[in-house]
Amino acid sequence: MTPVAVDQIFVTTKHLLMGYVPAFWQPLASAILSVVPVLVVFPALFAVTTVLERKGLGRIQNRLGPNRVGPFGFLQPAADGIKSLTKEDVVPRDADKVVHFLAPILLVLASFIVYAVLPIGRNMVIADLNSGLLFFFAVGSMVELAVFMAGWSSRSKYSLLGAMRAVAQMISYEIPLVLAAVVVIMAAGSLSLPAIAEMQSGYTWIWPHWYVLTPWGFAGFVLFMISATAESNRSPFDLPEGESEIIAGYYIEYSGFKFALFFLGEYLGMFATSGLAITLFLGGWSAPFSFLTWVPSYLWFFAKLLVLIAAFIWVRGTFPRLRMDQLMGFAWKFMLPMTLVNVVDAGLWHFMPSGVVRGVVCAAVIVIPFALFSRRAQEGKKLQIRTYRYAE
Amino acid sequence: MLGVGVLKGLVETARNFFGSYVSEERLTTLQYPEETSPRIEASRSFPFLVYDGSDWQQGMRCVSCQICEKECPPKCIFIEKSPDKKPDAVGKMQFYPAKFDIDISVCMSCQICVEVCPFDAIKMDVDYNLSATNRFSDLLLDKERLSKSNEYYHEIHPTEAASVDADLAAAREKAAPKPAAPATAAVQTAGTGGAAS
Repeated sequence: MTPVAVDQIFVTTKHLLMGYVPAFWQPLASAILSVVPVLVVFPALFAVTTVLERKGLGRIQNRLGPNRVGPFGFLQPAADGIKSLTKEDVVPRDADKVVHFLAPILLVLASFIVYAVLPIGRNMVIADLNSGLLFFFAVGSMVELAVFMAGWSSRSKYSLLGAMRAVAQMISYEIPLVLAAVVVIMAAGSLSLPAIAEMQSGYTWIWPHWYVLTPWGFAGFVLFMISATAESNRSPFDLPEGESEIIAGYYIEYSGFKFALFFLGEYLGMFATSGLAITLFLGGWSAPFSFLTWVPSYLWFFAKLLVLIAAFIWVRGTFPRLRMDQLMGFAWKFMLPMTLVNVVDAGLWHFMPSGVVRGVVCAAVIVIPFALFSRRAQEGKKLQIRTYRYAE
Repeated sequence: MLGVGVLKGLVETARNFFGSYVSEERLTTLQYPEETSPRIEASRSFPFLVYDGSDWQQGMRCVSCQICEKECPPKCIFIEKSPDKKPDAVGKMQFYPAKFDIDISVCMSCQICVEVCPFDAIKMDVDYNLSATNRFSDLLLDKERLSKSNEYYHEIHPTEAASVDADLAAAREKAAPKPAAPATAAVQTAGTGGAAS
């Protein structure tokens, strides 16, 4: 088989199977054939990621990590799954039972729907929407609703505080997340994710045309990943579920498989935003060098996804949790101005003639504001003794 | 500049990650059921009753004076005095506990019972591999399960046990009617005397 045939094997198989389906059933069959693989592959990736994360964190802390269930502990997710399935499902007496039941389902649903517009290979996308990127962010915002439903319906002060924190954090970081993606829309001139991926699949000599290799693309990628970490409530932005402060945050009143669903939803959200970062900045399914294009495109997508997941785990194992004021200050005083500078930089890049001068100028437009902002941030605030008017 | 500390931290964790594959001495944890850490002499878990010789009933040092029962802060010790008497570790005729229970679900390992015991009869164990399948009967240790030999005491707390043995030997010498009788013989006669009565 030629490399192209291997690359398109899933697409051709689907067309082959669709030939046997009567015309009336074809839309439904097409949807099932596209959706089911996503419903299988990404939860499986979630299972693998949980064990890899625990082993990686263990190694970062000079431990071995889980190594009991199966070879090298790789059957640990099966044991975890059996455990969460057999645990008692406790619902608080005063909880709003319907909302309490719906919240984890909505979270998982919202996390799954965004995969509809994500190209996981050449011609491999469930729905090629013209406004795919917009769809992604719109549906991704449903997660906030699910989180607040969970926190509110539990009737617990911890979950309510956790939900408040989560919603405040997610809304604050949604703005830099979208603004960091705007530069790609400016460069590609399209909101369709397959079109954006296609745009980056060319090569100059052996180097790809990935947006991350431009100054504004690199800055955008870093800003996007920081915002994505905050959006998916992962360390160091895991205030909504900070164990030492509010125990488990908004899902404290969940047990058994509903708790596992929250976990699944969170990881699926992380994979989806990582997938979006890959599509926007890392060339989607395209190979990193022109001589590696014979490797199937979907393998490149998942290889990049695994690299980004490893980066998430690495960051989680390194940084302590931020304080609430640091979190908000970082979002509004650093991330937001930097993304705005980045948008200007992308415009500058578009209108300057290509060459070394353009690269230097555009890099300087990013680096100088960054240096200024970081100096502002490091000047340090003098904390004064807090005075109370009524509480003394 | 902002971000330098971030990168330094990332480098440190990466060094840990790869180092743990390369050098074994980085891994500070033990794979517990297969390997265990060496027993620490100064550690303690729950109390046990010391007996001399081979028969735990005859050699039991406890004379059921019930001081530990009264001093125990969480009140986890339950003692019933015996109707008859038997020779204690020194050779005197004393009561012995007909019933001696410690509820280790209540015990807080404070060691106060050990400190108040005038007969060196109750000591702290170091065994931490404890588990129970029944939360009532398995956690209420009776006399038989509490009794452990003086040899075991020597094994877990060698220094402490040696000084206790020296004290007991001196006490026996004082209590013995004939000054010629050696300390080891006193243990023998105490054991056989108890068996005869």
